[in-house]
Amino acid sequence: MQTHQAKRVAIIIEQVMQSRLTTALEDAGVTGFTILPVLGGSGRSGAWSREGQVSRGTGMVQVVCIIRPERLDAMLEAAFAVVERHIGVVTVSDCEVLRAERF
Amino acid sequence: MQDILSLAATNLLSPIILSFALGVAAALARSDLNIPEAVAKGMSIYLLFAIGFKGGVSVADHGIDGTLALSLLAGIVLSAALPLIAFALLQVLGNLSRLDAAAVAAHYGSISIVTFVAGTSVLEASGITSEGYMVAVAAAMEAPAILSALWLVSSGGTDGRRMDPTLMREILLNGSIVLLVGSFVIGWVTGVDGLVRIEAFIVAPFQGVLCLFLLDMGLVAGRGLRGGSGVLRPGVLAFGMVMPLIGATCGLAAGLLLGLSTGGVALFMVLSASASYIAVPAAMRVALPEANPSIYLTLSLGVTFPFNLTIGLPVYVAVASALTGG
Repeated sequence: MQTHQAKRVAIIIEQVMQSRLTTALEDAGVTGFTILPVLGGSGRSGAWSREGQVSRGTGMVQVVCIIRPERLDAMLEAAFAVVERHIGVVTVSDCEVLRAERF
Repeated sequence: MQDILSLAATNLLSPIILSFALGVAAALARSDLNIPEAVAKGMSIYLLFAIGFKGGVSVADHGIDGTLALSLLAGIVLSAALPLIAFALLQVLGNLSRLDAAAVAAHYGSISIVTFVAGTSVLEASGITSEGYMVAVAAAMEAPAILSALWLVSSGGTDGRRMDPTLMREILLNGSIVLLVGSFVIGWVTGVDGLVRIEAFIVAPFQGVLCLFLLDMGLVAGRGLRGGSGVLRPGVLAFGMVMPLIGATCGLAAGLLLGLSTGGVALFMVLSASASYIAVPAAMRVALPEANPSIYLTLSLGVTFPFNLTIGLPVYVAVASALTGG
């Protein structure tokens, strides 16, 4: 079966910034994304866990999207504008998709 | 003094405080006890609905007067002013950056609805009544502090573009405020008849749910203390216990000037002494992301919340009783 080259971008970002990020991605031409909950983690800002969280100021989510390679730069600029001042990680990896016309 | 000690002893041995203490102890001992996140949020929704509804019913039953509007105004003024006091105090006691100090200050101008709920529980246990509209005052005091904090940051010459319409909407329409005000209105409209219809749900189980919720709060506070204690210097730590007393004093003055009942004065003190750890941290992560969340979360949740719950509440109630003759 024929596959097509694409870029998989995974952004781990603070939960309170989720809607701003997804709006920025859509404005940058991302056709779709998936939001995954994050259970906990540790980093430069210390350790955290979703257990017993009552504050809306804590917690992270992962936003995953697939994008055509030629759209990557515009999409990363849009994402970075949101992520730059906040806790988060942006990773880009190569992937293959079956229906390139959907991305 | 004897009344304070007696009330303190009764408070410390109450199921809700002991549940909180259990949570703290379990967290510090690194037990794997935990309350699932959805359950904690479900209990939070229940408590907010119940306290708002009962407040509205109380207003429907007793009626309102001009004191309601004045109380709301006083609450808004206090919420906006207390961050300025907190910021100034932090300049003296702590060695925090302007951003960190402003972020911390925002928390102490806002309110802790859980401390308010615990305060109403202490008043009920002591047979002290309060104005039902204090719930509305609590909702009004949640947001102005955030604006004060952002003003503090922008007045220092840093980037002033931190408040946008989306953030303003999120602050004013955050779930806690909407639920609190909404349930208050529902209780006001439906009155005592409405309360009778759902009494079995929002009255009888209230204390038990509060116990479990405070167990969770104890776990969260304990974990926060374990992980964040290293970021708090002695001066900042002291702030976490001194600022509630200053806030309570301001609340006392406001309550007395307004001529509120003993319970109303006590609740004004509780609101002014408390620090947010639900809505304000979220606003600070958006508006002041450079501020260190470990500092303000550890302070509000790990220091001030336990302080108010164990020592503050009996002191505020006793002082309010003494000065109002209640």
